[in-house]
Amino acid sequence: MKKVIVIGGGVVGCALARQLSRYEADILVLEGGEDVASGASKANSGIVHAGFDAKPGTMKALTNVEGAKMYEAFCREVDAPYVRSGAMVLAFDEKQRAVLEKLLRQGEENGVEEQRIIEREEILRLEPNVNPDVVCALLEPTSGLTSPYELTCALADHAAVNGAQFQMETMVEKVVPENGGFRVVTNKGDYLCDILVNCAGVNSAALHNQLSESKMTIIPRKGEYYLLDHQAEPFFQRTMFQCPSKMGKGVLVSPTAHGNTLLGPSAEDVDDSMDLGTNADILAKVRDAARLTWPGMTLRTVITTFAGIRAHGTNDDFVIGAVEGVPGAYETVGIESPGLSAAPSIAKRLGEQIVREQGLNEKSEWKPAPRREKPFYAMTLEERADVVRKNPEYGALVCRCEQVTEAEIRAAIRRPVGARTIDGVKCRTRAGMGRCQGGFCSPRVLEILAEELHLDPTEVTKCGGESHVLVSTIAQALQKGGNHNAQ
Amino acid sequence: MLSEELRSQVEKVDILIVGAGPAGMAAAIAAKEAGVDSIVVLEREEHMGGILRQCIHNGFGLHRFKEELTGPEYAQRDIDRVQELGIEVRCGTTVLSIDENRFVTAVSKEKGIQLFACGALILAMGCRERPRGALATPGTRCAGIYSAGTAQKYVNLEGYMPGKRVVILGSGDIGLIMARRMTLQGAKVLACVEIMPYSGGLNRNIVQCLDDFGIPLMLSHTVVDIHGKERLTGVTVARVDDKRNPIPGTEQHFDCDTLLLSVGLLPENELTQMAGVEMSAQTSGAVVDDALQTSAEGIFACGNVLHVHDLVDFVSAESMRAGKAAAEYVQGKNRAGRYAQVKDGNGVRGAVPQRILVPDGEAEPIQLMFRPANVYENSYIVIRDGENQILRQKKRILAPGEMVELTLKPEMIKAFSGADLTVSIEQ
Repeated sequence: MKKVIVIGGGVVGCALARQLSRYEADILVLEGGEDVASGASKANSGIVHAGFDAKPGTMKALTNVEGAKMYEAFCREVDAPYVRSGAMVLAFDEKQRAVLEKLLRQGEENGVEEQRIIEREEILRLEPNVNPDVVCALLEPTSGLTSPYELTCALADHAAVNGAQFQMETMVEKVVPENGGFRVVTNKGDYLCDILVNCAGVNSAALHNQLSESKMTIIPRKGEYYLLDHQAEPFFQRTMFQCPSKMGKGVLVSPTAHGNTLLGPSAEDVDDSMDLGTNADILAKVRDAARLTWPGMTLRTVITTFAGIRAHGTNDDFVIGAVEGVPGAYETVGIESPGLSAAPSIAKRLGEQIVREQGLNEKSEWKPAPRREKPFYAMTLEERADVVRKNPEYGALVCRCEQVTEAEIRAAIRRPVGARTIDGVKCRTRAGMGRCQGGFCSPRVLEILAEELHLDPTEVTKCGGESHVLVSTIAQALQKGGNHNAQ
Repeated sequence: MLSEELRSQVEKVDILIVGAGPAGMAAAIAAKEAGVDSIVVLEREEHMGGILRQCIHNGFGLHRFKEELTGPEYAQRDIDRVQELGIEVRCGTTVLSIDENRFVTAVSKEKGIQLFACGALILAMGCRERPRGALATPGTRCAGIYSAGTAQKYVNLEGYMPGKRVVILGSGDIGLIMARRMTLQGAKVLACVEIMPYSGGLNRNIVQCLDDFGIPLMLSHTVVDIHGKERLTGVTVARVDDKRNPIPGTEQHFDCDTLLLSVGLLPENELTQMAGVEMSAQTSGAVVDDALQTSAEGIFACGNVLHVHDLVDFVSAESMRAGKAAAEYVQGKNRAGRYAQVKDGNGVRGAVPQRILVPDGEAEPIQLMFRPANVYENSYIVIRDGENQILRQKKRILAPGEMVELTLKPEMIKAFSGADLTVSIEQ
């Protein structure tokens, strides 16, 4: 059986691993982070773009529109959240109306359906919280929302039940062609494979450059966001864009798949692709920009602020396919926005290309994705009564803000590609995602992780590496303190 | 609509109490002592006592018991009394929803989904800590950042240390207590950083928890950056101007592995809001009358879910009034009279209760509580009935960190004109 190594466990890498898991191949996903979805897939707007924004004829346009049309079924197959919420691009003067008209034509050319320009009255009827100074808007009913990390985890699980292996905290240092295949040198040792797929996000250009004569450049582009608590009645039903600029789609105000409100992102090129710090001045700009869309904006319910890094390719398009002149090597480079929207299409196209060129045979059986129980917070009273009867661990609420139960936390750890950290539990279950930010539940989550993974509590981390939550027992601390004082 | 099966499971109780912390226990005791037998208390933790369980320091009970107790000792007195009175407490039981008709759903491992139809409902859920996210403090989201109460839980209940070199942001009481606790446990506490020009905590805690250990209190300073990719490696602290904006050039770096946040407490009112109860923007709690009854009939609120207190003694006292009032409500003792509204005047934040009944019959003394909006020296607390000054009390020092409690005498209440009452601080 041919050995495939997929470098990068983001949404594209996991979607591709899942696609290839239908075929006779020995698949290994190497992920530098402690969990899947630990790069751009973790911190982004979670929007499945309709596809009007990309330049016609580009890979971005092609895969975005194709991906968006696949999304509903894609998410249903792996049991990940998807809502077709719709979007609007707002124009505040006649000059911007011309921009909308251009976007509309561009969308048509890209194959986006159902879009139309609507006028002020209709906008305010559909979205009462929008700035009443709005003149017109491009309505995009096919725009949707997903939960990018939940989707990525679900894709990884589906690949895993079909035999794909995942290895975390494995940083690829070097890739060397060897004996018609590749030697992948990592911090955890060397791996050999016949087929190599580069889905390395911000590091994808560096990896490409190791293999190819042609050089590519990726600039890490940081986006900062505000996340607001969910409301009984969301502030906005749809994703609200402003007219796009050179740096991207601009600051949006959007509901999330879970009913929170997201403001952002900023767009700022940075040197360090690991730099996920937020900055007060930039967040202030995000706030001010969002106010144009939402003048009645209230930050009283801000849960958190965060930053994500997207892999901006200087050629401004996705590079998807075989690495030229390097048989057996494939790549996805420069997958920035709309990469989440395009992921199903990228995985399908590239997967099919690899299967064709490498002659992989379809398996006789491709197991369906493991089903997840409906989250407790989304259950009716009857469903709750039923589920607690079957499994009393549903009766122990661990995260009170998001109503996550002990049963769900244990299940998240026991999944095929299970949670190993507090953040891993948070991404999969929403425990700690709410207004108290884990203040109440993190000690209990930590305890359950330690139990399930047979770790000492001091070994449990927030997000892998040295991110320990507890440094010692109090008795050990006193011993150390005593020694310190004696010196 | 409920299924037939679930409807048959609905439990009828006279008084249901949400929370078995100091507020819920005191309310239950008072309700029982007032003659109500059918009482159930729901507690989400596995034990009664609430946050007192992790407050192993002393200083509790001076007002109520005239002696100095630790948190667990204070709680135990109420636990003993609850048990002595035979009040039913269901621990490990989380309330999932309440509505304005006092229909309550809850869940536990042992009993599964539980449904209640109750004569009166007393909300005693307490409060939670403001997290880092609410401050939008810039920097990375590494491990090593805890709210002070979470750290307190790790140290005092679980027996683990969250870090070794500590900076504390905010000077709320839990932060101050944890400065001392971490120091005694061998950690080095580098500084307590407070954005305001005054502390948010009790003066006795500044003296006993910072001064006694030589921990600097940096007023008018805040954390402007957080460093560290995996675990915290340091924070940048800067002085702030009188608009609380950081002053460039005043930054200083602290190498630390732990940042504790003690930046305020928020009443935990998600359930309250489910019932559509009128809320106060000043207290973040429900709007209540002098019987601690909210805008929803038969729903009462007391303790830190109503407004954040400094001292548990006052939580207990307030909650006993709520328990007694709820008992009178289910016993059908009608309160006839007219209401006077209480308004926050100059320098006053979150006066509670917001409505006072001027009864047709006998009046009883009423406790009025509020927080000063700022620090005031040699000033007066003034209450006006319309334009008419009805109380003037000299205070040497007033500060936001110390809640003010006033007693309104029955004869004063009987004399209310019906105009709004305004509470203010005047120089």
